[in-house]
Amino acid sequence: MKLLVCVSKVPDTTTKINFTDNDTKFNTDGVQWIMNPTDEWYALVKAMELKEKNGGTVTVVNVGNGENDPIIRKALAIGADDAVRIDAEEKDSFYVAAQIAEFAKDKGYDLILTGKETINYNGFNVGGMLAELLDQPFVTLATSLEVEGEKATLTREIEGGEEKLEVNLPFVVSAQKGMAEARIPNMRGIMAARKKPLEVIPAADVEALTEVKSYDKPKGRGEVTLIDPENVEELVDKLHNEAKAI
Amino acid sequence: MSILVYAESFEGKIKKQGKEAVAYAAAMGDATALVLGTADESELSALGKLGVSKVLHVNDERLNAQDSKAYTKAIAEVANQINAEVIVMSFNSTGKAVAPRLSARLKAGLVSGASDLPDTSDGFVVKKGSFSGKGFAFYKITTDKKIITINPNSFPVKEEEGSASVEAVSVDLADSDFGIKVVSRDLVKGGIPLPEAELVVSAGRGLKGPENWGMIEEMAEILGAATACSRPVSDVDWRPHHEHVGQTGITISPNLYIAVAISGAIQHLAGVSSSKTIVVINNDSEAPFFKHADYGIVGDAFEVVPKLNEALKKFKESNN
Ligand SMILES: Cc1cc2nc3c(=O)[nH]c(=O)nc-3n(C[C@H](O)[C@H](O)[C@H](O)COP(=O)(O)OP(=O)(O)OC[C@H]3O[C@@H](n4cnc5c(N)ncnc54)[C@H](O)[C@@H]3O)c2cc1C
Repeated sequence: MKLLVCVSKVPDTTTKINFTDNDTKFNTDGVQWIMNPTDEWYALVKAMELKEKNGGTVTVVNVGNGENDPIIRKALAIGADDAVRIDAEEKDSFYVAAQIAEFAKDKGYDLILTGKETINYNGFNVGGMLAELLDQPFVTLATSLEVEGEKATLTREIEGGEEKLEVNLPFVVSAQKGMAEARIPNMRGIMAARKKPLEVIPAADVEALTEVKSYDKPKGRGEVTLIDPENVEELVDKLHNEAKAI
Repeated sequence: MSILVYAESFEGKIKKQGKEAVAYAAAMGDATALVLGTADESELSALGKLGVSKVLHVNDERLNAQDSKAYTKAIAEVANQINAEVIVMSFNSTGKAVAPRLSARLKAGLVSGASDLPDTSDGFVVKKGSFSGKGFAFYKITTDKKIITINPNSFPVKEEEGSASVEAVSVDLADSDFGIKVVSRDLVKGGIPLPEAELVVSAGRGLKGPENWGMIEEMAEILGAATACSRPVSDVDWRPHHEHVGQTGITISPNLYIAVAISGAIQHLAGVSSSKTIVVINNDSEAPFFKHADYGIVGDAFEVVPKLNEALKKFKESNN
């Protein structure tokens, strides 16, 4: 099987979020960058599992500049065979998807995996856009995936439950919890990753469809109103009369 | 501005999120609703109560299962037929699969998970949550055609008098437009689907074991709420995985979120911080969740929750 995994670089989960330039830019000062969790734990590890079972190769692809290389090396340390970085600033999700589609279109990947969303943009966009640009089926929010020959069996989350699906290769899938168990790269993987190929290719000529004008932070909730555990009636009253929540 | 809104149905009925999308689109301007798959006649014309005057219906039972490829073709064709400038969908499992495809097909800028109506005073700017609840981004859509998916529970549905005209439309769908075969469906019986719930009662590792969830389920039952949990709770299978909220689980924005014996770690907050009202019950007054709550009780869940259930029961009885 020929597998492609899309990975993105995001600020670490616990990063304090701040904006600069009159709230028009994300403040990267002191930010620790990581591989997007769902890309790493579910999409990439699932690809490794499929390769171990069915044979084949796992390629990782990232759209970004040279600062992304440590994240790409981590993906190689987890076990991907090779990597491609498309050398461009990520403008918006369409721009990223179009770059990956342009790269992938004539390579004959059997399966393209992404994480369900990035934890900075929270878009859920790249996988679906990629599938459309490549004219392939797309399964989002997948919690399990098995491949038998040309046919894949998946489970995906829907509101209030789940569905079991069958899809023929090739297709695009976005992965979430359930797909695989996260793996920690070991020393051998880290050493091997140094020698694996990381190819840098130029960006295609693509227009973004959106731009971020500005950012804002949620208003704090203010002080919590503490209620005496001996007087839970007061909470019920406040939820009804003050918060109008019940 | 011509607006097309996809009103999602399930087993013949318009879903709550579909209604929210219709109300949102109607608040933006002159909107036409689109329903795909078989649907109850009365459900279609009733969309008029939400402010649309026209409903287009593609009555093709192959569309009863959500296949993003076929949906994209169907919605794009109808959008072209009526010259839609804006397409609105729900930011749910369907919208997450279909809206990005539509965006790529129509070269229409997409903002997914909008939490407010667009601001059109200077271009077309849509607000959405970003950084897992720690920020908002204001996206300007720079293309002529635009797509918005809206966050569940972020737009109120008010029904007024009204009835919409219903028109059957056909879309040329070949078998090759369908790439996905749904083999089976497993739905949570009886309860309210968590992503759609307005009230949510959630509990964490502090409850010590699955056998202690009875009082949580009881509270949910009294309130008509859905149940949720923190990640470690679903990781050890005390509760099903689809109840896990947070950065790695699902993101919800109910009117009321009651968190029992949950510490309020940042990854948990990522999934619940846009709840309108948050109540925290925790025996540790230093639990971080108290900093992100509207109301808090510092106390032992095993004592507080049963008392609270009694009080809620009394309240419900006297308010019915
Ligand atoms: C990358 C990453 C992603 C993650 N994603 C998620 C996610 O999506 N969702 C999520 O929830 N977590 C997530 N986590 C885990 C998260 O960091 C916390 O570990 C988790 O939320 C803690 O769950 P908890 O509050 O139930 O348990 P604990 O941290 O064990 O806290 C239990 C709480 O219960 C209280 N308590 C104990 N006994 C009682 C009692 N008798 N009465 C009242 N209170 C009591 C304690 O004071 C404590 O505050 C993630 C972590 C990482 C690193």
